Amino acid sequence: MEIKLSKKVEQLAPSGIRAFFDLVLGMKDVISLGVGEPDFVTPWNIREKAIFSLEQGYTSYTSNKGMIELRKQIALFLENRYGVRYDPEEEILITVGVSEALDLAMRALINPGDKVIIPEPAYVAYTADVDLAYGKAVRIETESPNGFKLTPQMISKEAKKGVKGLLLNYPANPTGVSYTKTELEDIAKIIKKYNMFIITDEVYDELTYDFSHTPFPSLKGMKEHTVYMNGFSKAYAMTGFRIGYVCGPKKVISAMTKIHQYTMLCVPITAQMAAMEALKNGYKSVQEMKREYRRRREFIVDALNGLGLKCHMPQGAFYVFPSIKSTKESSVDFAKNLLLSQKVAVVPGTAFGAAYDGYVRMAYAASYDNLKEVAVRIKKYLDSKK
Amino acid sequence: MDEILEVLSNDARITPAEIAKLTKRNVNDVKKAIKNYEKNGTIVKYKAIINQGMLKEEKERVRALIEVSILPQKDVGFDYISERIYSFPEVSSCYLVSGTYDLLVVVEGSSLQDVSEFISSKLAPMQNVRSTATHFLLKKYKEDGQIFKRSTQSKRLNISF
Repeated sequence: MEIKLSKKVEQLAPSGIRAFFDLVLGMKDVISLGVGEPDFVTPWNIREKAIFSLEQGYTSYTSNKGMIELRKQIALFLENRYGVRYDPEEEILITVGVSEALDLAMRALINPGDKVIIPEPAYVAYTADVDLAYGKAVRIETESPNGFKLTPQMISKEAKKGVKGLLLNYPANPTGVSYTKTELEDIAKIIKKYNMFIITDEVYDELTYDFSHTPFPSLKGMKEHTVYMNGFSKAYAMTGFRIGYVCGPKKVISAMTKIHQYTMLCVPITAQMAAMEALKNGYKSVQEMKREYRRRREFIVDALNGLGLKCHMPQGAFYVFPSIKSTKESSVDFAKNLLLSQKVAVVPGTAFGAAYDGYVRMAYAASYDNLKEVAVRIKKYLDSKK
Repeated sequence: MDEILEVLSNDARITPAEIAKLTKRNVNDVKKAIKNYEKNGTIVKYKAIINQGMLKEEKERVRALIEVSILPQKDVGFDYISERIYSFPEVSSCYLVSGTYDLLVVVEGSSLQDVSEFISSKLAPMQNVRSTATHFLLKKYKEDGQIFKRSTQSKRLNISF
């Protein structure tokens, strides 16, 4: 007998660039700007706390929602940093990264056929999460001349046709685009007008360079509309710990906790202990890493524009999304040829939306020396095509 | 700390033009700031950090930390005697410290004998030096924020979303 798969999973579109990923993973001595995580190792005090917790015997389950001490610390952090208040008992859930939080939110909020707006280019999991929850992703293609920003007009146009919610990631992967408070207030008006929910993935909040980050729930009247997600992966360079959190209205968090307790049970206690140390003593490291990223951003944007690969200045995260249209190559071909001839890895734009064949994503979470070398190699590649 | 200094302390070979680009400043302003830092002694010098352990062809230099107890002198306190000590080229670092002794002196030489000779003939007999306790360094793990271990390979995958 052949085991038959669920139709839903069978229909789930596989990532079109799997073959390219396999090619990169199989190559040695590559300078990679293709990595979606910090190039720093988790700060030592955080790692040491994790080791110590193991030595102390912290190896058990925790509360489904996560350790109350950690939830209290998160509540305190959000209040002090952004002035947003969440009740640690009922409005915060610790998850296995923002990834799990997204899946839980979709399953908790979507009925079959419900529409959720996803601005593209977007992180690959977003549409899949909506799809797996039997919802319908409504893709809005943002454009380069507009700095890849989602505008209230774009949301209105779709909202009029009936959508249940919007998923907004800012600062964004893969473009680095972010929004000022005023821009977010304009989006909030639409959310309110059409009575939508908004899920915000704000995992790159600490890496905002040109203005202060404004969490969506801090906007007037938006807390009850918002499911706010954040995590420790990017700011504290803790990707492998797999820990994040979600804050939202009691009813939503309670529903998400129900799914979480049946599927994940709880986040590994070691990661929770490490996260507490991150919140307690990690902020200096965050600021140091941020300054370093900002300097690299200045270099890479300037270098790419100088090479004729038009690139807007990202306001946050550690990605640039330059246009490669001048090469007349598809993004997969460009990435493949650059890899094979110069051993530089970047991610084809089509990974983040079908419309972005003229772009690639480069992560400047790489040392300054490597970024300089990449600029030299890209120049060599472009020259070889003349 | 000024960002110029932060960048330079991490890589002294970086050019003013590069610093200007990285910190979004005018290149002439950067040059001027560096000149000022050099002039007022904020930037003392530019040097490479060498892992002596990697120099196979040369005999490793011997270093010792010496706890020195001294009698402070009227009016000049510890400064006068300290200057007498740190002016020796054998002394690579010298700190006034709190606790059971007064000066922590780091001495470098080409051999154990060399260092011992300096201590017994120069340092210990010095007027106002009451006593010394010498600790020879056996292994250098970390110095000035630099860990002396061959860099480990990055554990990241080459590509991820």
